[in-house]
Amino acid sequence: MFSDLDFDVIQRSLPYLGKGMLFSLGLTLLAMLGGIVLGTLLALMRLSSFRILRLPASGYVNLLRSTPLILVIFWFYFLVPIAVKYFSGNSYAQGIGPFHSALIAFTLFEAAYYCEIIRAGIQSVPAGQSQAAFALGLTYPQAMVKVVLPQAFRNMIPILLTQGIILFQDTSLVYVVGLTDFMGAASKIAQRDGRLVEMYLFAALIYFILCFSTSYCVKRLQSRISPPR
Amino acid sequence: MDFSFLSQPAFSGGGTYLNWVISGVQWTLLVGLSAWVIALSLGSILGVFRTTHIAWLYYPATAYVELFRNIPLLVQMFIWYFVVPEIVPSALGSWMKQGMPMPEFWSAVLALGFFTAARVAEQVRSGIQSIPSGQTYAALAIGLTPPQTYRHVLLPIGFRIILPPLTSEFLNIIKNSSVALTIGVLELTAQARSISEYTFRTFEIFSLATLVYVVITLTVTLLMSQLEQRVRMPGYIGGGK
Repeated sequence: MFSDLDFDVIQRSLPYLGKGMLFSLGLTLLAMLGGIVLGTLLALMRLSSFRILRLPASGYVNLLRSTPLILVIFWFYFLVPIAVKYFSGNSYAQGIGPFHSALIAFTLFEAAYYCEIIRAGIQSVPAGQSQAAFALGLTYPQAMVKVVLPQAFRNMIPILLTQGIILFQDTSLVYVVGLTDFMGAASKIAQRDGRLVEMYLFAALIYFILCFSTSYCVKRLQSRISPPR
Repeated sequence: MDFSFLSQPAFSGGGTYLNWVISGVQWTLLVGLSAWVIALSLGSILGVFRTTHIAWLYYPATAYVELFRNIPLLVQMFIWYFVVPEIVPSALGSWMKQGMPMPEFWSAVLALGFFTAARVAEQVRSGIQSIPSGQTYAALAIGLTPPQTYRHVLLPIGFRIILPPLTSEFLNIIKNSSVALTIGVLELTAQARSISEYTFRTFEIFSLATLVYVVITLTVTLLMSQLEQRVRMPGYIGGGK
Protein backbone atom coordinates (compact mmCIF):
# COMPACT_ATOMS: atom_id res chain seq x y z
CA MET A 1 0.00 0.00 0.00
CA PHE A 2 2.70 2.50 0.96
CA SER A 3 5.46 0.54 -0.78
CA ASP A 4 5.68 2.60 -3.97
CA LEU A 5 5.58 5.94 -2.20
CA ASP A 6 8.53 8.28 -2.43
CA PHE A 7 8.79 10.49 0.61
CA ASP A 8 12.13 11.75 -0.66
CA VAL A 9 10.17 14.26 -2.75
CA ILE A 10 9.46 16.20 0.44
CA GLN A 11 13.12 16.55 1.33
CA ARG A 12 13.96 17.65 -2.20
CA SER A 13 11.34 20.39 -2.15
CA LEU A 14 11.77 21.66 1.41
CA PRO A 15 13.17 25.11 0.47
CA TYR A 16 10.22 25.73 -1.87
CA LEU A 17 7.73 24.54 0.76
CA GLY A 18 9.46 26.73 3.34
CA LYS A 19 8.97 29.77 1.17
CA GLY A 20 5.32 28.87 0.82
CA MET A 21 5.00 28.54 4.59
CA LEU A 22 6.52 32.00 5.06
CA PHE A 23 3.88 33.34 2.66
CA SER A 24 1.11 31.65 4.66
CA LEU A 25 2.44 32.85 8.01
CA GLY A 26 3.06 36.40 6.77
CA LEU A 27 -0.41 36.58 5.26
CA THR A 28 -1.95 35.22 8.48
CA LEU A 29 -0.16 37.63 10.82
CA LEU A 30 -0.72 40.75 8.72
CA ALA A 31 -4.36 39.90 7.97
CA MET A 32 -4.92 39.19 11.67
CA LEU A 33 -3.43 42.51 12.66
CA GLY A 34 -5.39 44.41 10.02
CA GLY A 35 -8.54 42.42 10.77
CA ILE A 36 -8.38 43.19 14.49
CA VAL A 37 -7.82 46.94 13.91
CA LEU A 38 -10.60 47.17 11.34
CA GLY A 39 -12.78 44.81 13.36
CA THR A 40 -12.46 47.03 16.43
CA LEU A 41 -13.58 50.04 14.41
CA LEU A 42 -16.50 48.07 12.98
CA ALA A 43 -17.46 46.83 16.44
CA LEU A 44 -17.46 50.37 17.83
CA MET A 45 -19.59 51.44 14.87
CA ARG A 46 -22.03 48.56 15.44
CA LEU A 47 -22.34 49.54 19.10
CA SER A 48 -22.71 53.23 18.32
CA SER A 49 -25.92 55.02 19.16
CA PHE A 50 -25.81 56.79 15.77
CA ARG A 51 -27.78 54.93 13.16
CA ILE A 52 -25.59 56.35 10.38
CA LEU A 53 -22.61 54.47 11.84
CA ARG A 54 -24.49 51.40 13.02
CA LEU A 55 -26.32 50.44 9.84
CA PRO A 56 -23.40 50.44 7.35
CA ALA A 57 -21.27 48.44 9.79
CA SER A 58 -24.00 45.83 10.35
CA GLY A 59 -24.65 45.64 6.62
CA TYR A 60 -20.95 45.10 5.88
CA VAL A 61 -20.51 42.47 8.57
CA ASN A 62 -23.65 40.53 7.67
CA LEU A 63 -22.87 40.66 3.95
CA LEU A 64 -19.35 39.32 4.34
CA ARG A 65 -20.37 36.74 6.90
CA SER A 66 -22.90 35.24 4.53
CA THR A 67 -20.49 35.06 1.56
CA PRO A 68 -18.03 32.16 1.11
CA LEU A 69 -14.37 33.13 1.47
CA ILE A 70 -13.56 31.77 -2.00
CA LEU A 71 -16.13 34.06 -3.58
CA VAL A 72 -14.67 36.98 -1.60
CA ILE A 73 -11.19 36.10 -2.88
CA PHE A 74 -12.54 36.05 -6.46
CA TRP A 75 -14.26 39.39 -5.82
CA PHE A 76 -11.02 41.02 -4.72
CA TYR A 77 -9.02 39.58 -7.58
CA PHE A 78 -11.52 41.26 -9.82
CA LEU A 79 -11.96 44.52 -7.90
CA VAL A 80 -8.44 45.32 -6.67
CA PRO A 81 -6.91 45.92 -10.13
CA ILE A 82 -9.90 48.11 -11.05
CA ALA A 83 -9.49 50.08 -7.83
CA VAL A 84 -5.74 50.48 -8.44
CA LYS A 85 -6.39 51.82 -11.93
CA TYR A 86 -9.10 54.12 -10.65
CA PHE A 87 -7.12 55.61 -7.79
CA SER A 88 -3.83 55.89 -9.64
CA GLY A 89 -5.57 57.44 -12.65
CA ASN A 90 -3.40 55.26 -14.85
CA SER A 91 -5.29 52.75 -16.95
CA TYR A 92 -2.07 50.81 -17.57
CA ALA A 93 -1.23 50.60 -13.88
CA GLN A 94 0.12 47.26 -12.81
CA GLY A 95 -1.72 45.49 -10.01
CA ILE A 96 -0.33 45.59 -6.52
CA GLY A 97 0.88 42.02 -6.67
CA PRO A 98 -0.78 38.80 -5.57
CA PHE A 99 0.38 38.99 -1.95
CA HIS A 100 -1.15 42.40 -1.38
CA SER A 101 -4.39 41.53 -3.15
CA ALA A 102 -4.71 38.45 -0.94
CA LEU A 103 -3.82 40.52 2.10
CA ILE A 104 -6.56 43.05 1.35
CA ALA A 105 -9.12 40.30 0.74
CA PHE A 106 -8.30 38.45 3.95
CA THR A 107 -8.10 41.63 6.05
CA LEU A 108 -11.49 42.87 4.92
CA PHE A 109 -13.03 39.40 5.21
CA GLU A 110 -11.64 38.63 8.65
CA ALA A 111 -12.56 42.10 9.93
CA ALA A 112 -16.22 41.02 9.76
CA TYR A 113 -15.52 37.98 11.95
CA TYR A 114 -13.25 39.89 14.33
CA CYS A 115 -15.92 42.58 14.60
CA GLU A 116 -18.40 40.09 16.05
CA ILE A 117 -15.83 38.71 18.51
CA ILE A 118 -14.80 42.19 19.64
CA ARG A 119 -18.39 43.39 19.89
CA ALA A 120 -19.18 40.49 22.22
CA GLY A 121 -16.00 41.30 24.16
CA ILE A 122 -16.95 44.95 24.59
CA GLN A 123 -20.45 43.97 25.66
CA SER A 124 -19.01 41.61 28.25
CA VAL A 125 -17.43 44.56 30.07
CA PRO A 126 -19.97 45.62 32.73
CA ALA A 127 -21.79 48.85 31.84
CA GLY A 128 -20.71 50.30 35.19
CA GLN A 129 -17.16 50.55 33.87
CA SER A 130 -17.99 52.94 31.05
CA GLN A 131 -20.49 54.82 33.22
CA ALA A 132 -17.79 55.30 35.86
CA ALA A 133 -15.34 56.47 33.18
CA PHE A 134 -17.84 59.03 31.90
CA ALA A 135 -18.59 60.12 35.47
CA LEU A 136 -14.87 60.80 35.95
CA GLY A 137 -15.09 63.18 33.01
CA LEU A 138 -13.40 61.01 30.40
CA THR A 139 -14.49 61.61 26.83
CA TYR A 140 -15.86 58.74 24.74
CA PRO A 141 -12.51 57.99 23.04
CA GLN A 142 -10.68 58.15 26.37
CA ALA A 143 -13.23 55.91 28.06
CA MET A 144 -12.96 53.36 25.24
CA VAL A 145 -9.18 53.37 24.90
CA LYS A 146 -8.29 53.57 28.56
CA VAL A 147 -11.09 51.69 30.30
CA VAL A 148 -13.34 49.52 28.16
CA LEU A 149 -11.11 48.16 25.36
CA PRO A 150 -8.22 47.02 27.60
CA GLN A 151 -10.61 44.94 29.69
CA ALA A 152 -12.46 43.69 26.62
CA PHE A 153 -9.24 42.62 24.86
CA ARG A 154 -8.00 40.85 27.95
CA ASN A 155 -11.14 38.70 27.91
CA MET A 156 -10.93 38.17 24.18
CA ILE A 157 -7.27 37.22 23.65
CA PRO A 158 -7.93 33.44 23.50
CA ILE A 159 -10.85 33.82 21.05
CA LEU A 160 -8.88 36.26 18.90
CA LEU A 161 -6.00 33.79 18.73
CA THR A 162 -8.36 30.90 17.95
CA GLN A 163 -9.80 32.95 15.11
CA GLY A 164 -6.18 33.49 14.01
CA ILE A 165 -5.71 29.71 13.79
CA ILE A 166 -8.87 29.47 11.67
CA LEU A 167 -7.50 32.29 9.51
CA PHE A 168 -4.23 30.39 9.08
CA GLN A 169 -6.18 27.36 7.86
CA ASP A 170 -8.24 29.59 5.56
CA THR A 171 -5.15 31.10 3.92
CA SER A 172 -4.77 27.74 2.15
CA LEU A 173 -7.68 28.89 -0.04
CA VAL A 174 -5.43 31.33 -1.95
CA TYR A 175 -4.73 28.14 -3.88
CA VAL A 176 -7.85 28.97 -5.95
CA VAL A 177 -6.12 31.98 -7.52
CA GLY A 178 -2.85 30.14 -8.02
CA LEU A 179 -0.75 31.74 -5.28
CA THR A 180 2.15 29.84 -3.77
CA ASP A 181 1.35 29.65 -0.10
CA PHE A 182 2.27 26.45 1.74
CA MET A 183 -0.63 24.50 0.22
CA GLY A 184 -0.03 26.07 -3.18
CA ALA A 185 3.64 25.03 -3.05
CA ALA A 186 2.71 21.52 -1.92
CA SER A 187 0.18 21.08 -4.69
CA LYS A 188 2.48 22.49 -7.38
CA ILE A 189 5.20 20.01 -6.44
CA ALA A 190 2.61 17.24 -6.07
CA GLN A 191 1.46 17.81 -9.63
CA ARG A 192 4.92 18.38 -11.10
CA ASP A 193 6.36 15.18 -9.66
CA GLY A 194 3.15 13.12 -9.68
CA ARG A 195 3.44 12.66 -5.93
CA LEU A 196 -0.04 13.68 -4.76
CA VAL A 197 -0.32 11.20 -1.90
CA GLU A 198 3.00 12.07 -0.27
CA MET A 199 2.65 15.84 -0.60
CA TYR A 200 -0.95 16.11 0.58
CA LEU A 201 -0.35 13.85 3.56
CA PHE A 202 2.75 15.88 4.42
CA ALA A 203 0.80 19.15 4.11
CA ALA A 204 -1.93 17.76 6.37
CA LEU A 205 0.68 16.69 8.92
CA ILE A 206 2.36 20.10 8.98
CA TYR A 207 -0.92 21.97 9.27
CA PHE A 208 -2.02 19.61 12.03
CA ILE A 209 1.19 20.03 14.04
CA LEU A 210 1.12 23.82 13.76
CA CYS A 211 -2.59 24.28 14.50
CA PHE A 212 -2.75 21.66 17.23
CA SER A 213 0.26 23.00 19.14
CA THR A 214 -0.92 26.59 18.78
CA SER A 215 -4.42 25.80 20.00
CA TYR A 216 -2.93 23.85 22.90
CA CYS A 217 -0.92 26.94 23.87
CA VAL A 218 -4.04 29.10 23.53
CA LYS A 219 -5.87 26.75 25.90
CA ARG A 220 -3.04 27.02 28.45
CA LEU A 221 -3.02 30.80 28.07
CA GLN A 222 -6.78 30.94 28.52
CA SER A 223 -6.66 29.13 31.85
CA ARG A 224 -3.82 31.38 33.02
CA ILE A 225 -5.22 34.77 32.12
CA SER A 226 -8.92 34.24 32.66
CA PRO A 227 -9.76 37.12 34.97
CA PRO A 228 -10.98 36.52 38.50
CA ARG A 229 -14.76 36.68 38.60
CA MET B 1 -25.42 46.44 -14.45
CA ASP B 2 -26.77 44.50 -17.39
CA PHE B 3 -28.11 41.06 -16.68
CA SER B 4 -29.36 40.33 -20.20
CA PHE B 5 -26.43 37.94 -20.73
CA LEU B 6 -28.15 35.50 -18.38
CA SER B 7 -30.73 34.63 -21.03
CA GLN B 8 -28.12 34.07 -23.73
CA PRO B 9 -27.31 30.48 -24.68
CA ALA B 10 -24.08 29.50 -22.94
CA PHE B 11 -20.89 29.37 -24.97
CA SER B 12 -20.20 25.72 -24.34
CA GLY B 13 -23.76 24.41 -24.28
CA GLY B 14 -25.88 23.44 -21.31
CA GLY B 15 -28.72 25.92 -21.87
CA THR B 16 -28.51 29.59 -20.97
CA TYR B 17 -26.18 31.11 -18.41
CA LEU B 18 -29.18 31.35 -16.10
CA ASN B 19 -29.41 27.54 -16.30
CA TRP B 20 -25.77 27.42 -15.19
CA VAL B 21 -26.55 29.58 -12.17
CA ILE B 22 -29.56 27.45 -11.23
CA SER B 23 -27.56 24.25 -11.61
CA GLY B 24 -24.83 25.81 -9.43
CA VAL B 25 -27.34 26.63 -6.70
CA GLN B 26 -28.66 23.07 -6.85
CA TRP B 27 -25.18 21.60 -6.44
CA THR B 28 -24.38 23.99 -3.58
CA LEU B 29 -27.54 22.92 -1.74
CA LEU B 30 -27.09 19.24 -2.59
CA VAL B 31 -23.47 19.13 -1.40
CA GLY B 32 -24.31 21.18 1.70
CA LEU B 33 -27.37 19.15 2.72
CA SER B 34 -25.76 15.76 2.08
CA ALA B 35 -22.69 16.75 4.07
CA TRP B 36 -24.94 18.08 6.84
CA VAL B 37 -26.52 14.62 7.23
CA ILE B 38 -23.05 13.20 7.99
CA ALA B 39 -21.99 16.18 10.11
CA LEU B 40 -25.08 16.24 12.30
CA SER B 41 -25.35 12.50 12.92
CA LEU B 42 -21.63 11.79 13.40
CA GLY B 43 -21.12 15.07 15.28
CA SER B 44 -23.93 14.29 17.73
CA ILE B 45 -22.52 10.84 18.47
CA LEU B 46 -18.99 12.19 18.95
CA GLY B 47 -20.26 15.07 21.06
CA VAL B 48 -22.06 12.64 23.37
CA PHE B 49 -18.90 10.48 23.59
CA ARG B 50 -16.95 13.59 24.60
CA THR B 51 -19.26 14.10 27.59
CA THR B 52 -18.98 10.54 28.90
CA HIS B 53 -16.36 9.40 31.38
CA ILE B 54 -15.80 6.14 29.50
CA ALA B 55 -12.20 6.24 28.31
CA TRP B 56 -12.65 4.15 25.13
CA LEU B 57 -15.42 6.49 23.99
CA TYR B 58 -13.95 9.76 25.20
CA TYR B 59 -10.40 9.50 23.83
CA PRO B 60 -11.19 8.36 20.26
CA ALA B 61 -13.85 11.09 19.98
CA THR B 62 -11.40 13.70 21.28
CA ALA B 63 -8.72 12.52 18.88
CA TYR B 64 -11.22 12.74 16.00
CA VAL B 65 -12.22 16.29 16.90
CA GLU B 66 -8.61 17.47 17.23
CA LEU B 67 -7.55 15.79 14.00
CA PHE B 68 -10.37 17.09 11.83
CA ARG B 69 -10.40 20.57 13.35
CA ASN B 70 -6.70 21.25 12.87
CA ILE B 71 -6.36 20.44 9.17
CA PRO B 72 -7.66 22.98 6.63
CA LEU B 73 -10.76 21.96 4.71
CA LEU B 74 -8.95 22.34 1.38
CA VAL B 75 -6.31 19.82 2.46
CA GLN B 76 -9.00 17.41 3.67
CA MET B 77 -10.85 17.82 0.38
CA PHE B 78 -7.69 16.91 -1.57
CA ILE B 79 -7.00 13.97 0.71
CA TRP B 80 -10.48 12.50 0.14
CA TYR B 81 -10.27 13.07 -3.60
CA PHE B 82 -6.63 12.33 -4.44
CA VAL B 83 -5.17 10.36 -1.56
CA VAL B 84 -7.90 8.03 -0.24
CA PRO B 85 -8.34 6.10 -3.54
CA GLU B 86 -4.58 5.44 -3.53
CA ILE B 87 -4.22 4.11 -0.01
CA VAL B 88 -7.35 1.96 0.34
CA PRO B 89 -7.10 -1.69 -0.84
CA SER B 90 -6.45 -1.62 -4.57
CA ALA B 91 -9.77 -3.17 -5.69
CA LEU B 92 -11.72 -0.51 -3.84
CA GLY B 93 -9.26 2.14 -4.99
CA SER B 94 -9.68 1.37 -8.67
CA TRP B 95 -13.46 1.26 -8.26
CA MET B 96 -13.30 4.73 -6.64
CA LYS B 97 -11.23 6.00 -9.54
CA GLN B 98 -13.16 4.39 -12.40
CA GLY B 99 -16.45 2.82 -11.39
CA MET B 100 -17.81 5.21 -8.77
CA PRO B 101 -20.37 7.70 -10.14
CA MET B 102 -19.68 11.39 -9.44
CA PRO B 103 -16.37 10.97 -7.56
CA GLU B 104 -15.99 14.74 -7.08
CA PHE B 105 -19.41 15.01 -5.48
CA TRP B 106 -18.90 12.15 -3.03
CA SER B 107 -15.38 13.27 -2.10
CA ALA B 108 -16.72 16.75 -1.41
CA VAL B 109 -19.62 15.45 0.68
CA LEU B 110 -17.37 13.17 2.73
CA ALA B 111 -14.72 15.86 3.24
CA LEU B 112 -17.23 18.52 4.22
CA GLY B 113 -19.29 16.13 6.37
CA PHE B 114 -16.38 14.73 8.37
CA PHE B 115 -14.81 18.20 8.71
CA THR B 116 -18.01 19.78 10.03
CA ALA B 117 -18.77 16.78 12.27
CA ALA B 118 -15.83 17.82 14.46
CA ARG B 119 -17.33 21.29 14.87
CA VAL B 120 -20.83 19.96 15.52
CA ALA B 121 -19.38 17.59 18.12
CA GLU B 122 -17.90 20.52 20.03
CA GLN B 123 -21.24 22.34 19.96
CA VAL B 124 -23.13 19.26 21.17
CA ARG B 125 -20.58 18.73 23.92
CA SER B 126 -20.78 22.32 25.14
CA GLY B 127 -24.60 22.19 24.96
CA ILE B 128 -24.76 19.06 27.12
CA GLN B 129 -22.14 20.37 29.54
CA SER B 130 -24.06 23.61 30.02
CA ILE B 131 -27.00 21.66 31.49
CA PRO B 132 -26.85 21.77 35.30
CA SER B 133 -25.62 18.42 36.62
CA GLY B 134 -28.68 18.24 38.88
CA GLN B 135 -30.64 17.20 35.78
CA THR B 136 -28.42 14.16 35.30
CA TYR B 137 -28.54 13.24 38.97
CA ALA B 138 -32.32 13.57 39.02
CA ALA B 139 -32.64 11.42 35.89
CA LEU B 140 -30.41 8.72 37.35
CA ALA B 141 -32.20 8.94 40.71
CA ILE B 142 -35.58 8.20 39.17
CA GLY B 143 -34.09 5.07 37.68
CA LEU B 144 -33.18 6.01 34.12
CA THR B 145 -30.14 4.26 32.69
CA PRO B 146 -27.35 6.52 31.35
CA PRO B 147 -28.48 6.02 27.70
CA GLN B 148 -32.05 6.86 28.73
CA THR B 149 -30.75 9.94 30.54
CA TYR B 150 -29.19 11.15 27.30
CA ARG B 151 -32.22 10.20 25.22
CA HIS B 152 -34.93 11.72 27.41
CA VAL B 153 -33.19 14.48 29.39
CA LEU B 154 -29.79 15.68 28.18
CA LEU B 155 -30.16 15.59 24.41
CA PRO B 156 -33.61 17.24 24.20
CA ILE B 157 -32.38 20.13 26.37
CA GLY B 158 -28.88 20.24 24.87
CA PHE B 159 -30.05 20.46 21.27
CA ARG B 160 -32.46 23.27 22.13
CA ILE B 161 -29.61 25.20 23.75
CA ILE B 162 -27.29 24.81 20.76
CA LEU B 163 -29.80 25.58 18.01
CA PRO B 164 -28.25 29.02 17.26
CA PRO B 165 -24.66 27.74 16.92
CA LEU B 166 -25.92 24.75 14.93
CA THR B 167 -27.62 27.18 12.58
CA SER B 168 -24.34 28.93 11.94
CA GLU B 169 -22.58 25.59 11.45
CA PHE B 170 -25.21 24.74 8.84
CA LEU B 171 -24.62 28.06 7.11
CA ASN B 172 -20.88 27.37 7.28
CA ILE B 173 -21.38 24.07 5.50
CA ILE B 174 -23.31 25.83 2.71
CA LYS B 175 -20.55 28.43 2.37
CA ASN B 176 -17.77 25.85 2.67
CA SER B 177 -19.31 23.81 -0.12
CA SER B 178 -17.64 26.39 -2.39
CA VAL B 179 -14.30 24.73 -1.52
CA ALA B 180 -15.59 21.76 -3.55
CA LEU B 181 -14.86 23.75 -6.70
CA THR B 182 -11.17 22.90 -6.18
CA ILE B 183 -11.91 19.25 -7.00
CA GLY B 184 -14.29 20.07 -9.83
CA VAL B 185 -17.79 20.27 -8.34
CA LEU B 186 -19.63 22.91 -10.38
CA GLU B 187 -21.43 24.60 -7.51
CA LEU B 188 -22.52 28.23 -7.40
CA THR B 189 -19.11 29.90 -6.94
CA ALA B 190 -17.55 27.71 -9.65
CA GLN B 191 -20.37 28.54 -12.06
CA ALA B 192 -20.05 32.24 -11.28
CA ARG B 193 -16.35 32.09 -12.04
CA SER B 194 -16.76 30.26 -15.33
CA ILE B 195 -19.64 32.53 -16.43
CA SER B 196 -17.41 35.54 -15.70
CA GLU B 197 -14.67 33.97 -17.81
CA TYR B 198 -17.02 33.36 -20.74
CA THR B 199 -18.98 36.63 -20.66
CA PHE B 200 -16.67 39.13 -18.85
CA ARG B 201 -19.78 40.17 -16.91
CA THR B 202 -17.77 39.64 -13.72
CA PHE B 203 -19.39 42.34 -11.66
CA GLU B 204 -22.95 41.24 -12.47
CA ILE B 205 -22.43 37.52 -12.02
CA PHE B 206 -20.44 37.85 -8.78
CA SER B 207 -23.13 40.18 -7.44
CA LEU B 208 -25.79 37.64 -8.36
CA ALA B 209 -23.88 34.81 -6.68
CA THR B 210 -23.34 36.91 -3.54
CA LEU B 211 -27.04 37.76 -3.51
CA VAL B 212 -27.98 34.09 -3.73
CA TYR B 213 -25.75 33.27 -0.75
CA VAL B 214 -27.28 36.15 1.22
CA VAL B 215 -30.79 34.94 0.39
CA ILE B 216 -29.90 31.39 1.49
CA THR B 217 -28.46 32.77 4.74
CA LEU B 218 -31.50 34.93 5.45
CA THR B 219 -33.93 32.10 4.66
CA VAL B 220 -32.13 29.60 6.88
CA THR B 221 -31.80 32.14 9.70
CA LEU B 222 -35.50 32.94 9.50
CA LEU B 223 -36.59 29.29 9.44
CA MET B 224 -34.30 28.39 12.32
CA SER B 225 -35.49 31.25 14.50
CA GLN B 226 -39.05 30.05 13.93
CA LEU B 227 -37.95 26.55 14.89
CA GLU B 228 -36.35 27.99 18.03
CA GLN B 229 -39.63 29.67 18.92
CA ARG B 230 -41.58 26.46 18.41
CA VAL B 231 -39.35 24.17 20.45
CA ARG B 232 -38.43 26.57 23.24
CA MET B 233 -38.86 25.46 26.81
CA PRO B 234 -39.62 27.67 29.80
CA GLY B 235 -36.63 28.28 32.03
CA TYR B 236 -33.92 27.83 29.37
CA ILE B 237 -32.05 30.26 27.11
CA GLY B 238 -34.58 31.91 24.83
CA GLY B 239 -37.31 29.99 26.59
CA GLY B 240 -39.34 32.98 27.71
CA LYS B 241 -41.11 32.86 31.03
